[in-house]
Amino acid sequence: MRYSALSILRNGFARQLGWTSAWRFPKPKAHYDVIIVGGGGHGLATAHYLAKEHGITNVAVLEKGYIGSGNVGRNTTIIRSNYLLPGNNPFYELSLKLWEGLEQDLNFNAMVSQRGVINLFHTDAQRDAYIRRGNAMRLHGVDAELLDRAKVQSMMPFMDFDNARFPIKGGLMQRRGGTVRHDAVAWGYARAADKRGVDIIQDCEVTGIRRENGRVVGVDTSQGFIGCNKLGLAAAGNSSRVAEMADLKLPIESHVLQAFVSEGLKPFLDTVVVYGAGHFYISQSDKGGLVFGGDIDGYNSYAQRGNLAIVEHVAEAGIAMIPALSRVRYLRSWGGVMDMSMDGSPIIDRTPIDNLYLNAGWCYGGFKATPASGFCFAHLLARGEPHPTTTAMRLDRFERGYAIDERGYGPQPNLH
Amino acid sequence: MASLITCPHCGQRPKEEFAIKGAALARPAPDAPQGEWYDYVFLRTNPRGRYEEYWHHVSGCRRWLVVTRDTASHAVEDCRDAAERAPT
Amino acid sequence: MTSYRLNQGGLVDRATTLDFTFDGRSFTGHAGDTLASALLANGQRLVGRSFKYHRPRGILTAGAAEPNALMTIGSGGRTEPNTRATMQELYAGLEAVSQNRWPSLDRDVGALNSLLSPFLGAGFYYKTFMWPAAFWEKLYEPFIRKAAGLGRATYEADPDAYEKVWAHCDLLVVGSGPAGLSSALTAGRAGLRVILADEHHALGGSLLSETAVIDGVSAPEFSARCVEELRSLPNVRLLPRTTVLGWFDSNVFGALERVQKHVAVPAANRPVERFWRIAAKHAILATGAEERPLVFGGNDTPGVMTATAMRSYLNRFGVAPGKKVAIFTTNNSGYALGSDLESAGVALTAIIDSRADGPAYSGQARIIRNAVVTDAFGGKSLTSIRIKHDGRFETMDVDALGMSGGFSPVIHLALHRGGKAQWSDERAAFLAPDDLKGIALAGSVTGAGNIAESVAQGSTQAAGLASMMGKSAAAMSASVEGEMENRPSRPLWFIPDVIGKAFVDFQNDVHRADLKLAAQEGYGHVELAKRYTTNGMATDQGKLSNVNAIGLLAQARGLSPAEVGTTTFRPFYTPVSFGALSGASKGKHFQPVRKSPLHDWAAKHGAVFVDTGLWYRSAWFPREGETAWRESVDREVLNVRSNAGLCDVSMLGKIEITGRDATTFVDRVYANGFAKLPVGKARYGLMLREDGMIYDDGTTSRLGENRYYMTTTTAYAAPVMSHLEFCAQALWPELDVRLASVTDQWAQMAIAGPKARTILQGIVDEDISEAAFGFLAAREVSLFGGKLTGMLFRISFSGELAYEIAVPAGYGESVADALMALGEPHGICAYGVEALGVMRVEKGFITHSEINGTVTPADVGLGKMVSRTKQDFIGKQMLSREGLSHPSRLRLAGVMPLDPAHTFKGGAHILSKGAEATLENDQGYVTSYAWSPTLQSPIALALIVNGPDRHGEEVVVWNGLLNEFTPARICDPVFFDPANEKLHA
Repeated sequence: MRYSALSILRNGFARQLGWTSAWRFPKPKAHYDVIIVGGGGHGLATAHYLAKEHGITNVAVLEKGYIGSGNVGRNTTIIRSNYLLPGNNPFYELSLKLWEGLEQDLNFNAMVSQRGVINLFHTDAQRDAYIRRGNAMRLHGVDAELLDRAKVQSMMPFMDFDNARFPIKGGLMQRRGGTVRHDAVAWGYARAADKRGVDIIQDCEVTGIRRENGRVVGVDTSQGFIGCNKLGLAAAGNSSRVAEMADLKLPIESHVLQAFVSEGLKPFLDTVVVYGAGHFYISQSDKGGLVFGGDIDGYNSYAQRGNLAIVEHVAEAGIAMIPALSRVRYLRSWGGVMDMSMDGSPIIDRTPIDNLYLNAGWCYGGFKATPASGFCFAHLLARGEPHPTTTAMRLDRFERGYAIDERGYGPQPNLH
Repeated sequence: MASLITCPHCGQRPKEEFAIKGAALARPAPDAPQGEWYDYVFLRTNPRGRYEEYWHHVSGCRRWLVVTRDTASHAVEDCRDAAERAPT
Repeated sequence: MTSYRLNQGGLVDRATTLDFTFDGRSFTGHAGDTLASALLANGQRLVGRSFKYHRPRGILTAGAAEPNALMTIGSGGRTEPNTRATMQELYAGLEAVSQNRWPSLDRDVGALNSLLSPFLGAGFYYKTFMWPAAFWEKLYEPFIRKAAGLGRATYEADPDAYEKVWAHCDLLVVGSGPAGLSSALTAGRAGLRVILADEHHALGGSLLSETAVIDGVSAPEFSARCVEELRSLPNVRLLPRTTVLGWFDSNVFGALERVQKHVAVPAANRPVERFWRIAAKHAILATGAEERPLVFGGNDTPGVMTATAMRSYLNRFGVAPGKKVAIFTTNNSGYALGSDLESAGVALTAIIDSRADGPAYSGQARIIRNAVVTDAFGGKSLTSIRIKHDGRFETMDVDALGMSGGFSPVIHLALHRGGKAQWSDERAAFLAPDDLKGIALAGSVTGAGNIAESVAQGSTQAAGLASMMGKSAAAMSASVEGEMENRPSRPLWFIPDVIGKAFVDFQNDVHRADLKLAAQEGYGHVELAKRYTTNGMATDQGKLSNVNAIGLLAQARGLSPAEVGTTTFRPFYTPVSFGALSGASKGKHFQPVRKSPLHDWAAKHGAVFVDTGLWYRSAWFPREGETAWRESVDREVLNVRSNAGLCDVSMLGKIEITGRDATTFVDRVYANGFAKLPVGKARYGLMLREDGMIYDDGTTSRLGENRYYMTTTTAYAAPVMSHLEFCAQALWPELDVRLASVTDQWAQMAIAGPKARTILQGIVDEDISEAAFGFLAAREVSLFGGKLTGMLFRISFSGELAYEIAVPAGYGESVADALMALGEPHGICAYGVEALGVMRVEKGFITHSEINGTVTPADVGLGKMVSRTKQDFIGKQMLSREGLSHPSRLRLAGVMPLDPAHTFKGGAHILSKGAEATLENDQGYVTSYAWSPTLQSPIALALIVNGPDRHGEEVVVWNGLLNEFTPARICDPVFFDPANEKLHA
């Protein structure tokens, strides 16, 4: 059923009885052209673009829980393409462009809200780093604006300009950045992919990757063996565990990132703001909750929960930036498991094993990448060659010395 | 973990006093093959379960420790001085 | 205006009257009241408007789960939206304002939304507002944002103080009802260190609302006696007004104490809130159970509340809920309320019991079994209910309705570390898993228990823990009379024949049709239903709504509640402020300040300071008449180049390395060779990461056979120290090496310029002539005729004849004063980090602007330094990877504008002359920019593709961000004195 104001009106009069399920609940077929492991944002987007862009519809997405149960449903909903390095920048800009047309493409309102993302700076060195970044963006035609202190103050007079330990000197703004209603992204892609014939199979955990003569031929699952021509892994957070089923060791560690939401408030903050003298980023959801987060906890973890040290650091940085947050209350915390890669950038690539393809290593930037990740992974699966925007995101880049290290921290995942 | 860590030198201390480096792997011999070095610098088994990790008691005794933890439950099994225990 | 204060009864202090206002109207209450009980006592039923449909709402509970009575308390920087009136203690002068209504609570325009409700079902917004695309940000979203949200937060800074503390105990008891009190008493008597925390201001929990007689005294009296004894035990700490809101690893609990939230103006010397981190060997959760509402039409009408809340208002606060009351129950708790109401002289019309077999009841009220309430009517205040029994409907005029859908144990804390709740058919409730470690449960949180059982259970649990800790404890019991026999309720999820909206999540306006729709549309999984309908996402986090939603979903999907399962329980049990979590960290105290031992010296010379990490560094020293910073910096540079200057470099990291294997160690941590460095010499060192990228650089001096003095950059002082400790302890424990960070022990200053030697010789006893103390000499020296020993290094970051001298920190200022005095006739000046920066760019020296974690030694022209002969050093192995010598890499070069009148900026990019501005054509970027007063031109260092081979090439310095496009030329990165003649002068 097509969603529109009219359909709402019609079903409103029909006591909502006319709405049908947004997707089917199919039993797995014996064999698919492509199986995607992971019914999160990336996996579902991949299925959608395989069907839409490449006409490959004999596709299954296998999800061990419910769709969107991973990081697409537990993040701080920020989208942006303010990347520095040529290995990343065009990819994230492609993603932002896809976000811009997403709702019309999917016929699902994911509330893409281009309200702007501002990264604050507090020192000359940080300013220069943002000038470098802003120019890298502009060279690729991405919007970027350098704000001076007065401009930041005029936009957000409630920030700490007078009494701060690290005074705000300005910011780099991307107006096209913003937020998206995160769960709706998974639902929108699932509904659209399902409509094109993709089987989304929930409660289906992959327990083994079956190989014959070195080639992947299918997967063992909690719902039995399912054969495939190509297998795509999009199980970020658990990439290492899935890859291990094919005896692959990845340049990835799993870490927990906490995020938080406040009680609902009337409009308080109109943009996304990232603090520059501590780890803190914040925006306000359309429902009114402030959504915010900080750094990862720092230890390897598969538990979707963290500890108080980060909770408190986040609060401290929050108040340092906006003193009035003091009496605002944290309502809920949650934790997501991140694929932290060795250079802070993702991997979309073939693997050394025939028919096995990898989409992993998203660190804590995976949400904003969802559309392009699906688009490019679908391209790779369909054509066997990387999409032009992902030619640097190779699995062997570490071995060969071509890291994409935006922050320059090197092979220590918990620093990225 | 990871609220409190029992440092073998200082006793139970809060997590904030520590910094975490990552997998406690043995550094290959200088003449080991390149593949072994690549594996050491870039690849991780990243298990769900028992895991050995380097922690540094930065705001305490400043000793490097090998913490054996469960990455699913966060339970700490062991915490020893890194010098006394070659990583496995 | 139907609820009222009874003439007697309750625990409030009727002798103390407190004035307060609600929406500007004046009311009075008593000490011991909550804001909610005081409002009810004044007959104020309508207290808020719901989120989506703006329905009139009243007080539903008497505790932390309250979804409706959210108010904004206080004013100015103390404004606090979304405060639960049920938890807010009343104080004189309290100002409360209702939320989410306009223009007034009584006449709220938003209530029109109710008319549109047929079209505003669950998730309607996912299906519309898509066209035209640009309208979302411009029109739809601002409208939705304005309509959404609860209270309005202030933008003013908070005037109050907060505090964070740690506490350690053998036993943490959460909750001070019968089970909590007996736990704490048993453990306390046995000598355990006990902390008893309760979220309410008065300890006693459910006992305070109970009419049973315990051990011969009233329940509140019994509770008071227990508390009194606990207070007398020195090993017991009582924390009333303290909510334990999270259970974390290592059995650490987070708890929020509301220290001064019950006063109009907090005392300035005490915090308003205190955040506790409690490291408990064990904990007992005696957190009780939350009563579930029943899901019938109009169940949100003001005047309808949970039976437990009604009982609490009646017994504890002496407030009657109405003049004609009815009770709708699925269990025996409704009868306890009925009996108390009748005893208090409140007219009880009927008890409507969904079961066929309720208990015997001795009161006057009509008992209607096998019956349900299908609807409540009255809009802003309940006027009647519609009952279905024996196949027919009956309307009953009542002005208050107590409801009880059964009890959900408050197991939240027990599930914060990943445990899953287990459905019990027998108890009709989700219970905590039984494999908990570090936590035990006692009382109604276990799903069972009357008062006597709770007391026994709490005591048994505590005694068990005490004996585990080697203490013997006596079990405690209580004899109870007059308590209603307790039996689990029979779940009643779906009530047939409902006319009006039947709410599940009151605050988020989720009614049962929304859940049905979610299941119908494929969002039937409990987590998806939550996200699609927002059920359980309100400020009570589903305390009242989740189990009802699970029951309804189970029914809709033909499953059992066990199969549907719960959503994830996560911190925080109740909301916690940023202020409490931050404690004293705010404003200037967000991070500590580090000041150099020469800070005061610099200040008295008029230094302007700049943030460098935690340090305040002297940036420049303006003199009279200098208005722009550049004037000062230019003067300082030119003066150093022609006379001399003194610069504070104390904030460089300084590490002393000693031990038999110190030489081997230093040789392994640097990429260049140190094995042959003679004693008395300094050497520039390049430190790599294992991946071959430059980590840090600095000078290391060999002061003795086995003694090295290493300097690091300011930014990397701490990381390098940690790294060296890692190498020494974890990688090479067999080496005999000791490391000491001595950054704070030494004041270090650079004396640079042609006259540096002359000036310095004035305080150094030894000969420091070129012959005696040549370039890179590094030795301990005697100063001021033997009065002081320092370290002298002939090193230069300015390209001038220069030294760095280190003296014990406490002598720093005196030594600097002496040098300035001696230097005065030679024209010495103080110079800051800006001038230092200009001179280092003039000389092409790198800093972390260049070594940004992605450059190799070869990238910055130092490839030849890397040892080819050393068997091992950190970073050696990965340096040979193909990509690290690829021609596409950016490498260090200089850049100057063609016209010296043109400036550009750090961070600008480099494009080939005439090339189109695209990412593909990007040739690199400016890492460091300076105006060189020496060369009278802007100069810059840059990382450029193939940079070293392109000297002389014309390029454009491209700064599209600021619309600056500067024709420039690539050049050698050493702009000044490339032959180093001045250095060796």
